[in-house]
Amino acid sequence: MTEKLKLSIKNLDVHYGDKQALFNVNLNIMEKEVTSLIGPSGCGKSTLLKCINRMNDLVEICKIRGQILLDSQDINEASQDPVLLRMKVGMVFQKPNPFPKSIYDNVAFGPKLHGMTKSKEQLDNVVIQSLSKSGLYEEVKDRLFEPGTSLSGGQQQRLCIARALAINPEILLMDEPCSALDPIATAKIEDLIAELKQQYTIVIVTHSMQQAARVSDRTAYMHMGELVETGLTKTIFSNPQHEKTQDYITGRIG
Amino acid sequence: MNKISLRNKKEKRFQLYGKTAVLVAISFLAILLFNIFSTGISAFKQTYVAVNLNIPLDVNKSEINPRAELNKSFLKMFPEIQSRTERRAALSLLSKGAKYEFEELLDKNEGKIIEGYHWFLASADLDMYIKGTVKRQGDTAGRIDENQMKFVDQLESKNLIELQSNKYLLSSADSREPEMAGIKGAIIGSLYSILIAFLVSFPIAVMAAVYLEKIASKNKFSDLIETNINNLAAVPSIVFGLLGLAIFLNFFELPRSAPLVGGLTLALMTLPTIVIAARAAIKSVPPSIEEAAIGMGASKVQTIFGFTLPLAMPGILTGTIIGIAQAIGETAPLLMIGMVAFVVDVPGGPMDASTALPVQIYLWADSPERAFTERTSAAIMVLLAFLILLNLTAIYLRKKLEKKW
Repeated sequence: MTEKLKLSIKNLDVHYGDKQALFNVNLNIMEKEVTSLIGPSGCGKSTLLKCINRMNDLVEICKIRGQILLDSQDINEASQDPVLLRMKVGMVFQKPNPFPKSIYDNVAFGPKLHGMTKSKEQLDNVVIQSLSKSGLYEEVKDRLFEPGTSLSGGQQQRLCIARALAINPEILLMDEPCSALDPIATAKIEDLIAELKQQYTIVIVTHSMQQAARVSDRTAYMHMGELVETGLTKTIFSNPQHEKTQDYITGRIG
Repeated sequence: MNKISLRNKKEKRFQLYGKTAVLVAISFLAILLFNIFSTGISAFKQTYVAVNLNIPLDVNKSEINPRAELNKSFLKMFPEIQSRTERRAALSLLSKGAKYEFEELLDKNEGKIIEGYHWFLASADLDMYIKGTVKRQGDTAGRIDENQMKFVDQLESKNLIELQSNKYLLSSADSREPEMAGIKGAIIGSLYSILIAFLVSFPIAVMAAVYLEKIASKNKFSDLIETNINNLAAVPSIVFGLLGLAIFLNFFELPRSAPLVGGLTLALMTLPTIVIAARAAIKSVPPSIEEAAIGMGASKVQTIFGFTLPLAMPGILTGTIIGIAQAIGETAPLLMIGMVAFVVDVPGGPMDASTALPVQIYLWADSPERAFTERTSAAIMVLLAFLILLNLTAIYLRKKLEKKW
């Protein structure tokens, strides 16, 4: 582990209208590590994740206070463009949501949108590389121009990962990426995460503590909008400092 | 046990109610269609009378008075005619339009001899008798009196009266003479109006729907706009006619009776319908797709035009065609802007005076001439055909666009 700070969240408060969703969250995310966010439903894990690539901008009533520093740059500063941010911070959603286009066009969407490739060959290369990285290429190489929605659920999710990888992000956010998948597809995605952390910084929200224990280097436990405890996954699961964390990982709450 | 049998009975009863309701609705529709078809189908045939012509080569055809020449030829077929009354009775069997057909014949045969029997349009009164719309009572039938009936019987006995297909109905505009009246002018007027209504209302309505659904912030003001759009869809169409009259005719001083103004007025009327349909269609696009696009760094506009609108298009088009179909059958607003005039020319452009199909139906239904009754029904048949065509287009478009996943 490199132990290099990639993303630093400082004193983050998030309000949805009158309701406060996050209370003074402080979290450091290290480069090329997998950080998992765990906690009971409604604790603010997904809200925190969405703040990192400013998806909360879409929610009109959402107010954000505090700092999120990506490589020491505050992403919420007026000079920061959310489009550039989302090129650096890709996202994979809970439900596989491929575009209603062909497999090829799904992956090519990002590079085309941002004008990252100059020729058709280059674009083909990016598509093939991204699909290979997400472990899908061998399965779909003969039907790249069939609709993305014709794939199975697990394949669709890996297609979404390939789509996110195609614009070469630095950070990959995953919002419960396996919650709609069967155990075999889940195992494939988990293997993929282990591979991807060689190149990318990954933040994953998950409901499954086993999954957090299997895939992540660090774990942050959240409860009722507060970050209760954060640390190395091994430590959190074997020797939690807080009572609430202990209650959750032993299954007493959640 | 008892309760279950009660419940089953209830279910059976409910099914019966449903079936009865559907049956009643279908039988009403069947009665309506049967009525229209049985009255209107005869309008597609027209009575013709054969006239024995003999026009030699040495006659300069441009110097012929077509009506006098045709009448002369026709009267020659009845050498027994003595009095003026008889002559007039015989001539009244031919349509006033027969002279145009004769002129055409002369033009076509320039420099040739014209002889033998040629068919000419019969008067509406004779047409009604031949088609059996008016029944013969002794020596009269409807407006055919004893004097005329003599000649009718003579012509019929020589097989000189015949039903041919009606070439006027679909190829000419309105006329005072029922046998020459057609709906081409009304169809063209309707098409221009609908085209303009579509071109104006579709982009405005879609953009308004996109703005309201995706861009505008939700507050009291947007609620007010939403309520008012829903109210607009329920405003009686004649009010839109008044609005069109006030704005397009009185303020912008556009020409009266023009399909341009008709189209703009119909566009006003169709606008809320399309906005409501488009908003519903946009709302039903799965947000996960839009989130994915935004997450990939697409801007709001890129997301809307790249994903939201294409995915919503089948729904938007269906709503649009429903709105247009409503507009094509609309009469009241067109009355207000003067498209109710008696127009004998087929309009050459959207600025020419014209009627529309439903207005033509209204005008003919109002006409005292018996022969217009069948033409009214025929015009309704054509209007229904247009509506069916539009609905089929809607279904086709929806199927085709939905296939693109």
